[in-house]
This record gives sequence, C-alpha cells and structure tokens, in this order.
Amino acid sequence: MPMAADDIKALIRAAIPDAQVEIRDLAGDGDHYAARVVSASFAGLNRVKQHQLVYRALGGRMGGELHALQLETAAPDGD
Amino acid sequence: MSEANDRIDALVKANDVVLFMKGSVLFPQCGFSSRAVAILDHLGVPFETVDVLQDQEIRTGIKEYSDWPTIPQLYVKGEFVGGSDIMMEMFESGELQQLVAA
Repeated sequence: MPMAADDIKALIRAAIPDAQVEIRDLAGDGDHYAARVVSASFAGLNRVKQHQLVYRALGGRMGGELHALQLETAAPDGD
Repeated sequence: MSEANDRIDALVKANDVVLFMKGSVLFPQCGFSSRAVAILDHLGVPFETVDVLQDQEIRTGIKEYSDWPTIPQLYVKGEFVGGSDIMMEMFESGELQQLVAA
C-alpha cells in the first residue's frame, strides 16, 4: 500500500517534533518519495545516525510499505 | 549471535569494500542498488558484492546487523557507511573517495 506524503510527514514530526520536513512525490504515484528533514536533534550525529532517527520515526514502514524514500538530513546550520 | 550475524560479520571483515545489494553488478534488480554499483564503479577501487536476493538469511540479517531497513548497504573497512543516498552525498562531496583511499 502506498503512503500519502502527509502521513510520512506526520510520522516524522511525531517522533522529531522540531523537524522541518519537505517531501516530494518523485513519480506522482504516491510510492516514490524524496524527503529532506532538518532538525536540531541531528546536530553532532553522523549521516547514518540521522537517517536511523528518521527510519525509527517511520516505525518499520521503511523497506516495507514505503519502498522508495530518498532521504537527505541536516541540522539547521547545514551538515 | 545468530549464524546470519556471524556470516555477515565475516563478509564485512574480509572485504575492504563490500556492497550488500539486490542482484549482481551486471544485473542489479533495483534502481537503488544500480545507483550504488555505479558510484563504486566510478571510485575505481575493487569491491565485493553480496546479492541478498540469493540469500534470505542475509537479506533479513543485514537489516538487523546494520540497524538499517533498506538495501543496498555499503561497508568500508568493516564500518557501515550507509545506503545509496548517503553514498551519493559522500561521493559528491569527495568523502567517499577519501574513505576508500584511506
């Protein structure tokens, strides 16, 4: 089942309240997304740990019902 | 430690650059795996690949081993580097070239 962009955004915000989340539907099919997530909680974490926080927020949907989510993460003042 | 864990551990320690992917270098079975192979090709260093579609135990096990939900996954010198998005970011910034050369 594809997920709506707003649902993805809501899940991320629920786990990372200060997150600024931009989501693009790459193919217009509700199944291939790119997301950019900016949060102060990423400061000092490497990319793997930043992405793990987002994946954790998605609660196991990544790799399952959410197949394609290109992810870019950053702390507010860049990387 | 499960048997899958031990096998993955041995693979990442035995190879300086190893990519867990869907399909093979010649026939990647997913766009993300294809992109990861293209990046490694550009680096010009030898790399090993493991086709998780041929090995259900590793396909499931690698996600736990790395605490990472998706394939492909790159390991360099025994350390988890990330999936294809992180590989692309690090390739564009030159970090990946430094990492494999170090």
